[in-house]
Amino acid sequence: MTAPALRRRLRSVPLYVTVWVVGIVMVTPLLYALVSGFKSTDQLSSNVFGLPSPWETGNYTAILKSETFWRAIGSSTLIAVGTTVLTVGAAALAAFALARFAFRGRELLFTVFTVGLMFPFAVAILPLFILLRTFGLLDNPWGVILPQAAFGLPITIVILRGFFREIPGELEEAATLDGCSSFGFFWRILLPMARPALGTVSVLAVVASWNNFLLPLLVFSEQTWWTIPVGVQQFQGQYSADIARVFAYLVLAMVPALGFYAVAERQLIGGITLGATKG
Amino acid sequence: MTSTQIRGGRPPLAEGPDPAAANRRPLGRRVREWLTAVTFTVPALALFGLFVLLPIMYALYVSFFNWGGFGSPSDFTGLGNFTRLLDDPVFLGDLWRGLILVVASLALQLPFALAMAVLLNQKLRGRAFYRMLFFAPYVLSEVITGILFGMIFAPDDGLADKVLGAVGLDSLGGLWFAGQDTVMPTLFLVMMWKYFGFHMMLYLAGLQGIPPELHEAARIDGAGPWQRFRHVTLPLLGPTIRMSIFLSVIGAIQLFDLVWVTTQGGPDHHSETMAVSMFQYGFKRYQVGYASAISIAMFLISLVFALAYQRFVLRRDTEGALTTMRASR
Repeated sequence: MTAPALRRRLRSVPLYVTVWVVGIVMVTPLLYALVSGFKSTDQLSSNVFGLPSPWETGNYTAILKSETFWRAIGSSTLIAVGTTVLTVGAAALAAFALARFAFRGRELLFTVFTVGLMFPFAVAILPLFILLRTFGLLDNPWGVILPQAAFGLPITIVILRGFFREIPGELEEAATLDGCSSFGFFWRILLPMARPALGTVSVLAVVASWNNFLLPLLVFSEQTWWTIPVGVQQFQGQYSADIARVFAYLVLAMVPALGFYAVAERQLIGGITLGATKG
Repeated sequence: MTSTQIRGGRPPLAEGPDPAAANRRPLGRRVREWLTAVTFTVPALALFGLFVLLPIMYALYVSFFNWGGFGSPSDFTGLGNFTRLLDDPVFLGDLWRGLILVVASLALQLPFALAMAVLLNQKLRGRAFYRMLFFAPYVLSEVITGILFGMIFAPDDGLADKVLGAVGLDSLGGLWFAGQDTVMPTLFLVMMWKYFGFHMMLYLAGLQGIPPELHEAARIDGAGPWQRFRHVTLPLLGPTIRMSIFLSVIGAIQLFDLVWVTTQGGPDHHSETMAVSMFQYGFKRYQVGYASAISIAMFLISLVFALAYQRFVLRRDTEGALTTMRASR
């Protein structure tokens, strides 16, 4: 090896060491949970670092066989899908109007939505709870879907409006000349063209809904509709003495989120960087 | 905080209300167009009005009453709840702890995220893997993260204490979430683990927007790596950094889930945040009026910060939505 090449390689050593150290810190909690799930709680206290011996699969299989776990997955999925369809649907219509129509009050309306970016869930949660109680939406998935969709609107509208504005006006003129109504243009031309943007905001909405805790915690007093975060918390309360089992539950609860991330990584990161620069 | 200006190219059909052009069209058509536009916004407006605006208005209304949450509020106390806030050591502590989290995020988390972004922006074997790994915790819910770290930082039995014990640093271990002095640093460590990757991703996106020619030119002019970072990267990354600061502050003000599943604000309120106090008063102690006052305070703090930040900091970068509105009048 020539001297400069060697020097270059030596110079990159601290770089690799740094990335490795950070990588280990990041991955250790996840691996620890995964491996601990294969131990018994006795093993966990006597043998912290070693691999399980024997490997106990009982923690995982018991959860995978339990109806409550699958019910939570189903409930989370249903609520995430419902929220996403509603958020993206309503936001796309509004973003269309806010991007491509000149009408009185447009900027005021847009400002109202963008100020919504600053409303934390926690601010509205108390009166929201009272409202949902009045409407009879407690212990009802709509009680979570509707507010989540409402709170997801601002960021979705901001991102979609940006995209809709970039689609050239000639296209709309041509469509109008061919006899396309406003809605026809929106439905048949704009939406198909904005498919990547719709994918991005959908992924953001799914992740936000999947991870929401406060609202489902308050709305669902009965187990029927518990979502994964609520299910995890309740499970931990119930099995606090059997921590190996809690680890197994945590790992299984992480799988859908991490799997979704692996599949939709591009949209998610695109959405976040877009959301941050635009929102 | 939002850049909705069109970036180059031909402006779309409906760019800004142009009264002269609009008035040339017949009235009937103008009304029809207005109706069409408004119709499209109805679903979003209804949702937003009903589930965001209405609750916040109602919180404001309720915050003027002494109210337990049942029946309708009748015991009007005016600003009583708000003056009580200013005397409440827990609430003042919430403000203090919020400030600590903000400062810690700005002083430690964001520089660290920036350093990792600069590292991972270089040629490096496996950098796509590291990016994925560092970002992964962001997709986990705060509840899962909190419970996981609650077990890792369990005094004596948790992984953290066992590791410290194994390398002979027992003295560094301790109560973690259970100690009055250690709970905030522990909480911050977990926040850092979960969120630094998010900021790193923002910075990476920003770094990719910096043309390599600029670094090349600086190199030719004899600038070393630090000088190039200081005088090329940092200024050009300004907008991204200012946005990440904004998100970080707002996130710290609104922190709830992580605290709730790890400590519920304990021990003895030493990790309580405004959102946790609101929850405690509103849903555990049925002082809904007072809890609403906390909500409103939290909202006002976020809003004032956001508006000031928008006005004084972000305006340098983009014409935000709020300023756009003012400018187009």
